[in-house]
Amino acid sequence: MSVLDLARSQFAITTLFHFIFVPITIGMAFIVAVCQTLHYRTGNEVYLRMTRFWARFMLISMAIGVVTGIVQEFQFGMNWAQYSKYVGDIFGAPLAMEGLLAFFLESTFLGLWLFGWNRLSPRMHLTTAWLTCFGTVLSAYFILAANSWMQHPVGYTVNHVTHRAELKNIFAVLFNDTVLLAFPHTILGALTTGGMLVIAVCGYLLLRRRGNEVVHRSLRLALPFTLVTVLATMVFGDSQARLMYEQQPMKMAAAEAQYNTRNGAPFSVFATGSFTRHPKSLSKDITIPHGLSLLATLSWDGQVKGINEINLAEQKKYGPGDYVPIVGVEYWTFRLMIGAGILMLLICLGGLLLLRRRNKEVPKWFLRFTLLGGLLPILGNWTGWAFTELGRQPWVVFGLLKTSQANSTNVGMTDLIITLTGYIVIYGVLIAIGGWLMLRELRHGPEADPPAPGEGAPPPAPAQRPELILAY
Amino acid sequence: MHTDTTFLQGLWFILIGVLWAGYFVLEGFDFGVGILVRALGSDDVEKRIIIHSIGPVWDGNEVWLITAGGATFAAFPNWYASAFSGFYLALFLVLAALIVRGVSFEFWGKVPSARWRAGWEWALAISSGAAALLFGVAWANFVHGVPMGADHVVHASLLDLLHPYALLGGVVTLSVFLTHGALFLSLRTTGELRERAAQTAKRVWPVAAVATVGFLVWTLADHGVDIGVLLPAVLAVACLTSVPFVMARSGGLAFGLSAGAIVMFVATLAAALWPDALPSTTNHLFDLTLAEASSTHYTQVVMTVVAVIFLPIVLAYQSWTYWVFRHRLGRDDYEGPVTPLAVIDSRRAKTNGGVDPSVAGAPPHGA
Repeated sequence: MSVLDLARSQFAITTLFHFIFVPITIGMAFIVAVCQTLHYRTGNEVYLRMTRFWARFMLISMAIGVVTGIVQEFQFGMNWAQYSKYVGDIFGAPLAMEGLLAFFLESTFLGLWLFGWNRLSPRMHLTTAWLTCFGTVLSAYFILAANSWMQHPVGYTVNHVTHRAELKNIFAVLFNDTVLLAFPHTILGALTTGGMLVIAVCGYLLLRRRGNEVVHRSLRLALPFTLVTVLATMVFGDSQARLMYEQQPMKMAAAEAQYNTRNGAPFSVFATGSFTRHPKSLSKDITIPHGLSLLATLSWDGQVKGINEINLAEQKKYGPGDYVPIVGVEYWTFRLMIGAGILMLLICLGGLLLLRRRNKEVPKWFLRFTLLGGLLPILGNWTGWAFTELGRQPWVVFGLLKTSQANSTNVGMTDLIITLTGYIVIYGVLIAIGGWLMLRELRHGPEADPPAPGEGAPPPAPAQRPELILAY
Repeated sequence: MHTDTTFLQGLWFILIGVLWAGYFVLEGFDFGVGILVRALGSDDVEKRIIIHSIGPVWDGNEVWLITAGGATFAAFPNWYASAFSGFYLALFLVLAALIVRGVSFEFWGKVPSARWRAGWEWALAISSGAAALLFGVAWANFVHGVPMGADHVVHASLLDLLHPYALLGGVVTLSVFLTHGALFLSLRTTGELRERAAQTAKRVWPVAAVATVGFLVWTLADHGVDIGVLLPAVLAVACLTSVPFVMARSGGLAFGLSAGAIVMFVATLAAALWPDALPSTTNHLFDLTLAEASSTHYTQVVMTVVAVIFLPIVLAYQSWTYWVFRHRLGRDDYEGPVTPLAVIDSRRAKTNGGVDPSVAGAPPHGA
């Protein structure tokens, strides 16, 4: 492994880890705010119990998401100093805005929400929940705007004296058509992640015959909600495919492992064999005729360029070199992402159909299926992210700066081994504890329904003050 | 290429200084409180009070650092790149400390077991102390300079950064933040805990005062007695030395003075640094100046507009948070049988005139 490989591994590991928790936090923050709003509107206390139950998952996820996020921001300067110098004039702006506009909002109002149950009016307290939620969404916008600039640089010129890209138009960067599609796709994916987590937790509790009002009502809300978000995620993803083909045709060709240009290109569902450059043995076992042409160009016989031709064109444009990402990884991450989406769609549809049958319990096999659903969104988020980032290679900023020219020259092998080991150990402990705590909340389940009037004695009074139930 | 610093570059240098000063004032007491959790909390209730005194605000305070980092990236990309890659392992230690500290708040209360809690209390105390120390070391190195060539690439090992001047800087931030945190705690608590916190502030203060005076004199000796550096240094020392004399009369004033000392400390270091972003100890011709480190005029204009609009808003809502949580925390706030749904009932009782809050209930769930 070279220094560059280690730096890249470190970025991949820290980002993928961070990206487990970010979508959960965004999704759960929204769900918690919705539950609290329902309580505020209806006065029905089951919604308050729902708010508190789902907030527990949000808080564990948020704690880990926040601390691993600091690493993300500092890592650009630490491991990628050449990159930071080259793009800082442009890339730094959305990052600074993210801190000033989004992180302050999110963290300050989370503190107010967490500790403010008894100090704020119900209306103001509800507002803090929504401002926290808004902060999480806003931060996603800024970081995706920064990332979209790496995928599709706009609003810049290259200064050949200072050897860097310089900002010419901030609005072009903030309203890059790449981010206008990546943002809804990612946010809807995050809402889906939250929704699927709710469905999986409810499924588990029903499987254990621990269903109560919180569980039933959460499930009835989460199923249609997630059905809509997962469908909308797919719709935006589909539009992204065409934009991607326009902006980064290589990524699309690699997604299909299509080496030669063809019209009416099929989309394969499954391929075996190695993804080498001249794949004699690659066999695409199930294909959807004309599928890729439809996806990339919206026309039945549309021409989809192949990897070899695009590579030649890029060599002509950018000079000698290899401009092909790792095709096998692109091919499979693309399919795993889509597959995870389809399975989540099936869970939502199945759940809605099964819940419609009156007086019949949801069958056990289906509840077990929903448990898998808790992992599917993470798989979808991971593979989607890996697909878009690895598909940009060998570029770190598409067409401008190669990854191999982006790392810190003064950070050596030893430094990287120390920090990489450190992150793996710390993150390993974090995920073990975070996962264990979430399972603990899951096993504990939500607060019980209050007894019906005149039905036995009230349960023993807990020693905990209500406003502090969620606070540490 | 040594050009003059432009107005906007100067403004952004000051703004980044303000963000760091804000970070040190706010997170400074978080660090101090974190270090003291086991030393001052005699039982679980007191430890919870200590943690809750900063519970609603510490996360928002940390964003001052994130924003300082982001602002440096946007306004002075080469400073960000040179410093962050040059302080590689030191920064990793800072990040590790901040990670451990951040989760220890949340995890501490999740499991009601003595061993679990003690573990996270130690984690909180050690990581807070380590971060407080390391930030002083880092800033002392910014001012002192690092081995750096004409390409502005820093070649320094972790040990190169741990010279006596830097270590003294670390002692300054550690002891000042500890005093600052103890003063904060004495403002936010009642009874014995408040007394103990005030005692701690008095006991740590001499160390903080001596270290700060020593460090600032050293800084002045290194940089020459320039009025721009001398004035904030004198103010920092004046603020810090008057702390114990006003404590008996007003805890608020004492806390304000320790905050003032921290702001003036950052101002001294920033003034000593100007007009450099990162001096080179290899050769002063290789100093990275602010002008060389800067982003373009256009980017700085954009960032200025954003900062002018949003920084006041952030200040307003963060101040409001401190207003909402201005009440002192005492044992009464944490003991006594109150049920989970009592809040709603007590709210209802205010409007309808009466439901006994002790009737409604839900199973206990240890937080």
